[in-house]
Amino acid sequence: MEQVKAQSQKRRKFWNEERKEAFSGYLYISPFFILFAVFGLFPILFSFYLGFHKWNGLGEMEYVGLQNFKWILTDPIFWKSLSNTLIMWVLGTLPQILVGIVLAYALNSAIIKMKGLFRVSIFMPYVTSTVAVAIVFGVMFNSQEFGLMNVILGWFGMDPMSWSTSEWGVKVAISAMVFWRWVGYNTIIYLAGLQGIPKELYEASVIDGASVRQKIQFITIPMLRPIIILTVFTSTIGALQLFTEPLIYIGRSYREEGITVVLYLYREAFANLAFGPASATAIILFIIIIVLSSINVFITNRIGR
Amino acid sequence: MKLSFPKMFIYLILAAAAILSIFPFYWMFVMASNHNSAINSLPPAFIPGAELVTNFKNVISTIEFFGAMWNSLLVSTITTIGVLFLCSLAGYAFAKLRFKGRNFLFIAILVTMMIPPQLGLIPQYIIITKLDWLNDMKAIIFPGLIDAFGIFWMRQYISSNVPDELVDAAKIDGCSHFRVYWNIAIPVVIPAFATLAIIRFMYIWNDFLWPLVVLREESSYTIQVALRGLIDNYVRDNGMIMSGTFWATVPLIIIFLLLNKLFISSLTEGAVKS
Repeated sequence: MEQVKAQSQKRRKFWNEERKEAFSGYLYISPFFILFAVFGLFPILFSFYLGFHKWNGLGEMEYVGLQNFKWILTDPIFWKSLSNTLIMWVLGTLPQILVGIVLAYALNSAIIKMKGLFRVSIFMPYVTSTVAVAIVFGVMFNSQEFGLMNVILGWFGMDPMSWSTSEWGVKVAISAMVFWRWVGYNTIIYLAGLQGIPKELYEASVIDGASVRQKIQFITIPMLRPIIILTVFTSTIGALQLFTEPLIYIGRSYREEGITVVLYLYREAFANLAFGPASATAIILFIIIIVLSSINVFITNRIGR
Repeated sequence: MKLSFPKMFIYLILAAAAILSIFPFYWMFVMASNHNSAINSLPPAFIPGAELVTNFKNVISTIEFFGAMWNSLLVSTITTIGVLFLCSLAGYAFAKLRFKGRNFLFIAILVTMMIPPQLGLIPQYIIITKLDWLNDMKAIIFPGLIDAFGIFWMRQYISSNVPDELVDAAKIDGCSHFRVYWNIAIPVVIPAFATLAIIRFMYIWNDFLWPLVVLREESSYTIQVALRGLIDNYVRDNGMIMSGTFWATVPLIIIFLLLNKLFISSLTEGAVKS
């Protein structure tokens, strides 16, 4: 009896409130860490391991050192995929930001009626699926002369363009898909930022005799800077991971004009079963994302200073 | 009423943007309701036709449209519910419970947001193969439950909206930690749930690369993967293709139009705070 009492007292001491709380805390956050260990961390570490091995998914892995990296870095298609990705990043992302700010500014001006209608229409592209967008634009940017874009070119007296096979046609078409789908999203986010700017700032600047240009330069842009940084950041990471649009648009041919880094990775892994080079590509992509994100932050930090 | 020049200019810009945003939806409908020959003629059809039903029948005979829609609905719903539960639970722990390493672990979760998902793609595929989950919805659901942003979001919301006094009072009354979370925190975070649910549901619904890798049998396809099957034919029947994409898009548009206020405000909330 005494013994049992002592034991339960001891147990009670062990399970004091602090320990109970800590235990609950660890328990509640453990699902993330368990799932992340299995589906996140382990795969990442294994990718780094695979990057230095030769493997087709079956059979033995063979250590090959830096050979996979050499193989990729001397593959002209890899460099092509990288330059394509960067070109489409510039074509798709920069206009997104500029147009997004202009549209947000227009939506935010007090004199406009039917704001709700404009806002919903401009935001709607974001709500469709990427695959659907890529298919629709694929048909619009058809290379035949009855393709919608070629019909429009015809109105302006221009010759039809081979959108799906020419160097720039493919890139313009894919960038257009990205631009169309994301510009409304950015607009809404800038709009939220604009609405967060205190009206007193503008009122004070009017009293000081500021012009519209000065108001934009000295109030709007600096106040909007954190949000611009955020959107540049997210759209850059998104652009570097471009995959669905080019895969749907150029199909299984993996045409050189439109191949992106992730498409190259996918082709190496699941069409060529070269898991080593594919993992090496993933590692290089990771490094590029880190470097570009840092440069981005650095440059955007200087805008409007 | 006379419009001043800057006012007209602003209306012009907004109208152009609205038309360009809506036009592809209209175009999709025009083609979904026309015969292929009308689409492939010069000039192409610009007004809706009468082939809506025929085109959709062709879709159903080409891909398992309804099965794929059901699969998408199933994985997106289950994943979203799972994410809401796990993220609010973890967010509650980070916001209201004291334990060693709390801040470090929270920062560790935020850091995982920087990693591109493609980095682990191949080993993830191998794990799914080893688990024998290929063509199984579990392959989409379980990895989809990891959501660092969701935990961040829930922690912020619980920190600022669930008062400490209320939590302490409940503890003194002898509530277990789980009871406090369930009875006090959950009712307060419902608005934050709406935001997270929309973002997560859309993400899983629209995901393409991962389902493409792990779903190899047609019966397991989500709608995104199934749609791809429409364009793989040698003979391109654009009326049929557009009919498939159109009907796969309609449910999303209806949900959006019903919830558009919530949708837009949820996005701006997320943007401004993070």
